[in-house]
Amino acid sequence: MALRSPSAPKQDVVISTRVDKVGLRPALLRNFRAGLAVVAALIMLLPAVWMSMTAFKSRPDAVSVPPKVFFTPTLEGFVSLLTDRRQLSNTELEDYKQRTDLNWMDKLALKRGQAIIGWSEFPKHLRNSIIISVTSTFLSIFFGVLAAYAFSRFKIPGESDLLFFILSTRMLPPVVVTIPIFLMYRALGLFDTHIGLILLYTAFNLSFAVWLMKGFIDEIPKEYEEAALVDGYTRLQAFRKIVLPQAITGIAATTVFSFIFAWNEYAFALMLTSSAARTAPPSLPSRIGTGGVEWAAIAAGSLLFLIPAIILTFALRKHLLRGVTFGAIRKG
Amino acid sequence: MATIELKQVEKRFGEAYAVKPMDMTINNGDFVVLLGPSGCGKTTTLRMISGLESVSSGIINFNDKDVTWLHPSERDIAFVFQFFALYSHMTCRENIAFPLRASGEEGAEIDRKVKRVAEMLRIEHLLKSRPGGLSGGDQQRVALARALVRKPAAFLMDEPLGALDAEFRETMRAEIKRLHLEQNATTVYVTHDQIEAMAMGDKIVVMSAAEIQQAGTPLEVYYDPANLFVARFIGSPGMNLVEGSYSEGKIKLGDANIYCVPQDWRASLDTTIGTGEVVVGFRPEAVQFSAQGQLGSSVYANDLHGSYSMLHLELIKDNIVNARADRRDRHQMGDSIKFDIDPEQVRFFDPKTEKALQKVAL
Repeated sequence: MALRSPSAPKQDVVISTRVDKVGLRPALLRNFRAGLAVVAALIMLLPAVWMSMTAFKSRPDAVSVPPKVFFTPTLEGFVSLLTDRRQLSNTELEDYKQRTDLNWMDKLALKRGQAIIGWSEFPKHLRNSIIISVTSTFLSIFFGVLAAYAFSRFKIPGESDLLFFILSTRMLPPVVVTIPIFLMYRALGLFDTHIGLILLYTAFNLSFAVWLMKGFIDEIPKEYEEAALVDGYTRLQAFRKIVLPQAITGIAATTVFSFIFAWNEYAFALMLTSSAARTAPPSLPSRIGTGGVEWAAIAAGSLLFLIPAIILTFALRKHLLRGVTFGAIRKG
Repeated sequence: MATIELKQVEKRFGEAYAVKPMDMTINNGDFVVLLGPSGCGKTTTLRMISGLESVSSGIINFNDKDVTWLHPSERDIAFVFQFFALYSHMTCRENIAFPLRASGEEGAEIDRKVKRVAEMLRIEHLLKSRPGGLSGGDQQRVALARALVRKPAAFLMDEPLGALDAEFRETMRAEIKRLHLEQNATTVYVTHDQIEAMAMGDKIVVMSAAEIQQAGTPLEVYYDPANLFVARFIGSPGMNLVEGSYSEGKIKLGDANIYCVPQDWRASLDTTIGTGEVVVGFRPEAVQFSAQGQLGSSVYANDLHGSYSMLHLELIKDNIVNARADRRDRHQMGDSIKFDIDPEQVRFFDPKTEKALQKVAL
């Protein structure tokens, strides 16, 4: 036994650095945290679940008090969302019931005493949404990546001013400029056109795309391209073969953010379109006004509207997770 | 293979010089090391040769052909970077084949060349893996293979061993040297490590403060440094430099010591210094201990370096010189010890110009 100085503790002091081994039992803590995450997820998902359930409810089920959790699913909501119908008189009703050329949609409508007279506007609006969001996302990514590359790699006179200028377009709430833009669009003939909304969304997303992509491209060591340059490639080839594959994570993250913005945008779409270029977000609430609220139809519309965003996010989820944590950690 | 010639090449950023106008000729097949502390312009010089950095003025010739404004891809060079610059989205095989694809070679030809260079660097087993998971040494081998797979006019290497562990560095140093001897390729190699420079270079170009301080063989820069900077920078420790006042063949060092200048140096000192301050320079191994030595000092510290010991001697108060001694000699701290300087290995510098004095032929 070693000699102790008089002031030393009487017993050996054991110092543990394993923080998880002190205090609460670790397993308990871990379970508690997992439980908390599940509860949080449930709270977040509840509206989405409720909406999905309502989409498959019949009209009486959708408005019943207390709300029904167990019900017979029906596609009634989808039929009334996607079609225009007219009310049948009693004689017509009898006549229709005899017919054998009715498909399942006609039959569902007939249950409510209605006949389908054609497709509603909603499929068209959904298509507009897809065209406008996809095109504007593509354009913002395309120009955003090129601009970000230039800002990242070349000495540009007034670079920081330009970057600030680009960022400044996001500094005031977009609604502030709705009226000037409305007047401009009317004068230029861009009102209610696809190209009008595409331009607008591209303009909004571009600043975001430039800044986000600049961060990602800054992270790619410039030696990568230099290696390609001395190996006999041109600047553009080096960009395509080296920078783009390395920046794919950033591109994916920026794509998701840009797409979701364009996909969800409501205020400008409402102001700047009437029918030809109307997108799904302003189209959905407009159904509330037409005689009695058809909750099932609105829920069905919201569900259909959610699907493309979910597919895109799901397809790019790996990159997205890397994307939002990227830049926070510098490689040594 | 190429002879590289720089004529009055300079790089300015606004008013500041990154590289002051310099002339340099790198002969075909030479292994030239650009050596200097960080920020001395050596990497900028290399990048100007590669074309990755534009010159502010001057001309760069490859084999008498002006390449000053040619794109890097048109210069037929291979560049090895400090941090390897391997593409993580490609396998090692694809990385090595990348320069060949630029020149649009046939698939079979590419395979043959990749195989040959992989054999040479002993990395065949790594070809299928991605560079991300490899050790630093293996990554640098792959990077070297990418440079070697083509037969470029020149290899440019920017501190290729700087990111490696000490043990790998020694192995790779020998490997690069061996590859250079086999290929006999013109190589420009940048490093801040003077031991690496001495070990590898046919010729060393010492740079500091955006200027070439001295260009010569390793032996020249070691034994005949052109100025005080090179004398201090080369060698570990650097050359011992002691200032004293010269008059008529004698240099007074501090209060107690008088050093008699060797006869063959007198003419030079008389003409350039006359009477005044001079710096005496000598390497630690030039110290010859003897009881009759003309310089007296006291032992300040004694480091054992394995095969020899390095004595720290206080020659003048607060001026320590290093001396190489037999490891078996025992010296206590504070012992006084006398020594001479090998007359073959003593050098003199003018403290005003910092330049070395040249022996005048008698």
